[in-house]
Amino acid sequence: MSEITPSQTVGPFFAYGLAPKGRCQWDPNGSYSWKETVGDNLITPDATGQKIRIEGRVIDGDGKPINDAMIEIWQADSQGRYAHARGEQPRPNAKFTGFGRSATDKDGVYSFDTVKPGAVAGPNGARQAPHIVVCIFSRGMLRQIYTRLYFSDEAANASDQILALVSGDRRSTLIAHKEMRGALPVYRFDIRVQGDNETVFFDI
Amino acid sequence: MSLIYPKESLSAYPAHLSPGYRSTVKRSPSKPLMIVPHTLSELTGPAFGHDAVQDGDADLTKQHKGEPLGERIIVHGHVFDEDKRPIPDTLVEIWQANACGRYVHNVDQHPAPLDPNFTGAGRTITDKKGYYKFITVKPGAYPWGNHHNAWRPNHIHFSVFGQSFLTRLVTQMYFPGDYLFPYDPIFNSVPDEKARARMISSFDLENTIPDWALCFRFDIVLRGREQTPLDTDKH
Ligand SMILES: [Fe+2]
Repeated sequence: MSEITPSQTVGPFFAYGLAPKGRCQWDPNGSYSWKETVGDNLITPDATGQKIRIEGRVIDGDGKPINDAMIEIWQADSQGRYAHARGEQPRPNAKFTGFGRSATDKDGVYSFDTVKPGAVAGPNGARQAPHIVVCIFSRGMLRQIYTRLYFSDEAANASDQILALVSGDRRSTLIAHKEMRGALPVYRFDIRVQGDNETVFFDI
Repeated sequence: MSLIYPKESLSAYPAHLSPGYRSTVKRSPSKPLMIVPHTLSELTGPAFGHDAVQDGDADLTKQHKGEPLGERIIVHGHVFDEDKRPIPDTLVEIWQANACGRYVHNVDQHPAPLDPNFTGAGRTITDKKGYYKFITVKPGAYPWGNHHNAWRPNHIHFSVFGQSFLTRLVTQMYFPGDYLFPYDPIFNSVPDEKARARMISSFDLENTIPDWALCFRFDIVLRGREQTPLDTDKH
């Protein structure tokens, strides 16, 4: 029998505590302040690799933007390493945490500035295509939901073992589409929580 | 330490769709979630140094010029995994309404006063024994629009990380003996009574500080068990 503490919704008011400097305008008078722990810019001075931006909207079952969602991402650095183990030797990207948090704005939009992750180890000794684990919290969600973001310009998607488990007609919901904004690659990744073209979520 | 994350543990969680809480109706996935193996991407997770928090972040009564109004309380406890091993060095964040039941977020339009001396956000990192402690004021109950005469029981929102991205937990801590429990669809979205009880703090007389503050204990158990030899054989 499980003894874990149950999940409860993040509710509508988390932004001032969890994402105070982000897109959500929780304090129009500017009379309160709270330093952010984690923000939507993952790029550190020592981060190597391709700088990218990720942008998208979170949409509910009626097709309406969810303006009070919190998106968290977890990713490897450009060399395919997760900043998980503590007390490692100095290395490139030592300051890159791979973790980001963005609260959606009034239009349901979230965004991250980061670097494109490298390929990481996968099941059975194969490598996984570059991807980012995405975790969604919101009012109206009693527990978080997980998905994955893959990149439209990666040939390795064709051999990724997790993508291969997803039926062909739904696989596109996991692919972020690249467009160039000047010299900056912007990957568009909308998250449809419910309904037609619902994003694939993972039972993990 | 090699941990596994049995999915059976998640039976303690609410269903994604819990119609008594109306907002879940359009914000829950309607298609079955895909079962996929846990890879390195799921089995790792963010690590936080002690520089993630600053001195005073865990005392919500000292963030402004004066002291907030309300009942001063201490909220403390341990973060454990399912084998009851403490989880050290993990980030714990809280946010809450003020003593009148009002959040500083501008979306909260409950006609109860804001307190210029209270923001309602705090954070800390657990110590080597998985222990955390906050000083704050007891949050007030507040109304919400879910149904006629809906009121939330007093609660403090908690966000905890643990050892991997799978142990991530956002929950709410309640106070013992709340008369609003039977009417709250968020609290009651957790199907099992014993699991609901794990979200309720206990009054801690032993650690109550005479002439200063009542104390409440809230232990948090995250997913994760030690890998058994049998499991190891499979790899
Ligand atoms: Fe709340």
